[in-house]
Amino acid sequence: MTTPLSSMALVLAASFVGSFGAVFLKSGAARLHQSFWNIFNFHLAAGVAFFLGSSVFFVMGIRHGELSVLYPMVSLGYVWTLVWSRIFFKEAFTPQKFLGLALILIGVFFVGLGSK
Amino acid sequence: MSRVSSTAVSPLPDPLLAGKKQRSVLLVFGCTILGAAAQILMKIGAGHLGHPAAPAGLLGIVTNLPLMVGYALYGLSTLLLVLALKDGELSLLYPVIALTYVWVTVLSKLIFHDAINPFRLLGITIIVVGVAIIGRASQA
Repeated sequence: MTTPLSSMALVLAASFVGSFGAVFLKSGAARLHQSFWNIFNFHLAAGVAFFLGSSVFFVMGIRHGELSVLYPMVSLGYVWTLVWSRIFFKEAFTPQKFLGLALILIGVFFVGLGSK
Repeated sequence: MSRVSSTAVSPLPDPLLAGKKQRSVLLVFGCTILGAAAQILMKIGAGHLGHPAAPAGLLGIVTNLPLMVGYALYGLSTLLLVLALKDGELSLLYPVIALTYVWVTVLSKLIFHDAINPFRLLGITIIVVGVAIIGRASQA
């Protein structure tokens, strides 16, 4: 079985949408320190909504093709998340993070190469 | 008295805090297994979507048992992840989170008979290392 490019594109879209979920979960999780019942806050709800939206793209993406090729592409979400962390949380973009990012991109490249 | 003063000079690790961290790692480990199982079920369910025998539209999605159970497990693993990230150390938790890629690959091979080749294994390994490095970098 081969994995269609359209499936890869859908999973890529899912990772992009899902990365916003991570941003909202981060800001929502910070509120949990005050009280567990803050689990019902807007940020966490938005995070869950983005993850649900992302999963729609993901499910469409994995309808065809191999899961062992498509699932690793979800890791591209880390790439987006580091960019949003820099923009929204003013987190420093260190050489170490850049190395991690580069490795993820190389890893996804190899998984894609192995999909043939 | 002497114990108090020695604590002041070189603080001993707080056993309560250590327990919390350990619990976070266990929680995240549980998340990776739940998350991988969710992916497998979602893949099975996604394959049933649009099948002539299945109901069309939203009804087809809601009555798709593997997809719905997959979603439920995915939701549960996300909830556990939030709880773990509350107390956990990212540098410790990220490499554990990345185990999901390993489980999904193993399960895809066992259940869907995906053709795992050296390129894919190398790719997965590099991704796991990359995620671990980001976790380390995010700690500072």
